[in-house]
Amino acid sequence: MLSEARFANDAPLLDVRDLRTYIFTRRGVVKAVDGVSFQVRAGETLGLVGESGSGKTMTCLSILRLLPRGARIVSGEIWLQGTNLVTASESTVERVRGKQIGMVLQNALAALDPVFTIGTQVAEPLVLHHHLSWRAALRRVVELLRMVKVVAPELRLHSYPHELSGGMRQRVASAAAIGCAPALLIADEPTTALDVTTQRQYLDLLLELQQATGMAIIFVTHDISLVGNMCDQLAVFYGGLLVEYGPRQQVLSQPSHPYTAALLQSIPQLGEARDRLPSIAGEPPDLARLPAGCPFQPRCDAALDVCRTGEPPPVLKLAQGRAVRCWLREREHDRGAAGSP
Amino acid sequence: MARSALPSPQLAMPQPVSVERTGLVAWGRSMFRGAPLFSLSFLTLAIACALCAPLLAPYDPIETHGAQTLVSPGLGAHPLGTDHLGRDILSRLIYGARISVTVGFLAVFVSGTVGTFIAVVSGVLRGGVDTVLMRVTDAFLALPFLMVAVLVVSLLGPSLVNVVLVIGLLRWMTYARTIRSEVLRLTEMDFVRLARAAGARPRRIIVRHIAPNIVNTLLVLGTLEVGSAVITEASLSFLGLGVPRPLPSWGTMLAESQTYVLTAWWLPVFPGIAITLLVMASNLTGDWLRDRLDPARRQL
Repeated sequence: MLSEARFANDAPLLDVRDLRTYIFTRRGVVKAVDGVSFQVRAGETLGLVGESGSGKTMTCLSILRLLPRGARIVSGEIWLQGTNLVTASESTVERVRGKQIGMVLQNALAALDPVFTIGTQVAEPLVLHHHLSWRAALRRVVELLRMVKVVAPELRLHSYPHELSGGMRQRVASAAAIGCAPALLIADEPTTALDVTTQRQYLDLLLELQQATGMAIIFVTHDISLVGNMCDQLAVFYGGLLVEYGPRQQVLSQPSHPYTAALLQSIPQLGEARDRLPSIAGEPPDLARLPAGCPFQPRCDAALDVCRTGEPPPVLKLAQGRAVRCWLREREHDRGAAGSP
Repeated sequence: MARSALPSPQLAMPQPVSVERTGLVAWGRSMFRGAPLFSLSFLTLAIACALCAPLLAPYDPIETHGAQTLVSPGLGAHPLGTDHLGRDILSRLIYGARISVTVGFLAVFVSGTVGTFIAVVSGVLRGGVDTVLMRVTDAFLALPFLMVAVLVVSLLGPSLVNVVLVIGLLRWMTYARTIRSEVLRLTEMDFVRLARAAGARPRRIIVRHIAPNIVNTLLVLGTLEVGSAVITEASLSFLGLGVPRPLPSWGTMLAESQTYVLTAWWLPVFPGIAITLLVMASNLTGDWLRDRLDPARRQL
């Protein structure tokens, strides 16, 4: 699953440092992304997990500098192969988009322009970025469609989006995203609109593409059970904070943030007899009116006094490259820091 | 559109069952499937009349014949009769098509261009520009159209160009409003976001993604508006503010007939029928074109 390049090249492909993206609205400032840091190495998969409005999508849009009106990167750095995308000029970012970063979105029907055949659409970025002729681009599109397992790609070139099934459209959209062989693919909830069997096939396809191309993937999802066996690193978001970050196995087996633990509790297990799935009490936070202290504090069973006041907890570095934003781990952090200076 | 510019790879396509359905015939069949034949023929006829009126018209439309006034329609020399000055109605209708068709299509072209431009600027830039442009649109919508048209034409003097401009520049609001909402919807669509994520610049997005997707709406609106432009031209002519007489336009013919409505029914009826048919034909053709151009409906 992991490419060799990952170990050979130690410098991360993408390095996000203390990113803060705020949305300025009439009602006030919404801290959509508040101090998020993570790294993605070449060929590696990072899973961004969190509920709606937790800041996952805003983080991805910040990387591409495609923020909606009113949203702004307030501070932080986003390093992609030696370029800081936060301060780079618009023309630099335009070259990065599509060429070095590809993107797949949730709704594959909306992702394809209804008035063009899929051949034209998948070929367009190739013509745009690689200056191929239409004829050459279309030949490449046939290869790409074959890569994403579209049956009879030569015929499908001339199909319109509405003539394809949901799973097929999502695969076509992926073909468009990987056309220019990007080093990083951002997949923003690509399986949400698909049914369960198609989901599985699509995830397998993503992994295959990753093996074939060696690209890194940022996989955004609200379903932690999906990322279970495909990600190398996990980043759990809550209320605009990256509450827990670390290697997948460690995070899943020993969650260090109460929210991650609660999320894992609420996954149904096969063969386990349970009357009711445990759920997290309370409601997801309104980002415009976050409580003082930790955003998860009102729903947290283990909340301390320090959690309820002041600023959100700081980023605490733990052993094995893990990081958590929870006061409960303060002591471990001290030990971890002492252990590895 | 680029779709036609694409080379088609050699494929093992299933062969058509019947042999005769190949080439031009097949193309024609698929091209005009479900076409409103009557409307298309009438539009063709009207445009042909406008282009070659001197060839088609049996008589001069302006020359008066004192001896042959108010001849009723029949199988004689004047199939549709003559008017109070002895002019042949059929010839006047054929020449009148020039004015009515020209005004109809040019006015729609002018208003469509202005309206679409404002809509795209408004929908893409948004913010303050959008607010200002939409309030201007509201202001224009609030104007009593015919009154302003009458005022402007009487100030500038009646002429073909003035009539086209007045109708064109007072009728763009429908386009601006409708197309703007369409543009707003499109810019929020994922394929536009993805096009930006794929490094496309705003101009390319407007040309490649916004424009082809608003063509359908524009077409339906435009063909509807051809009808109302023809009617407006008729109203202006009726008030004596259209194309100057004695040039015949269908509206002028209606206007001139008002004195004779009770005595010579053929004076108002034939131009009236011509206007009705043109409006109807352009609407029905628009509906059909929309279905033809929308890939999702093409197979229906």
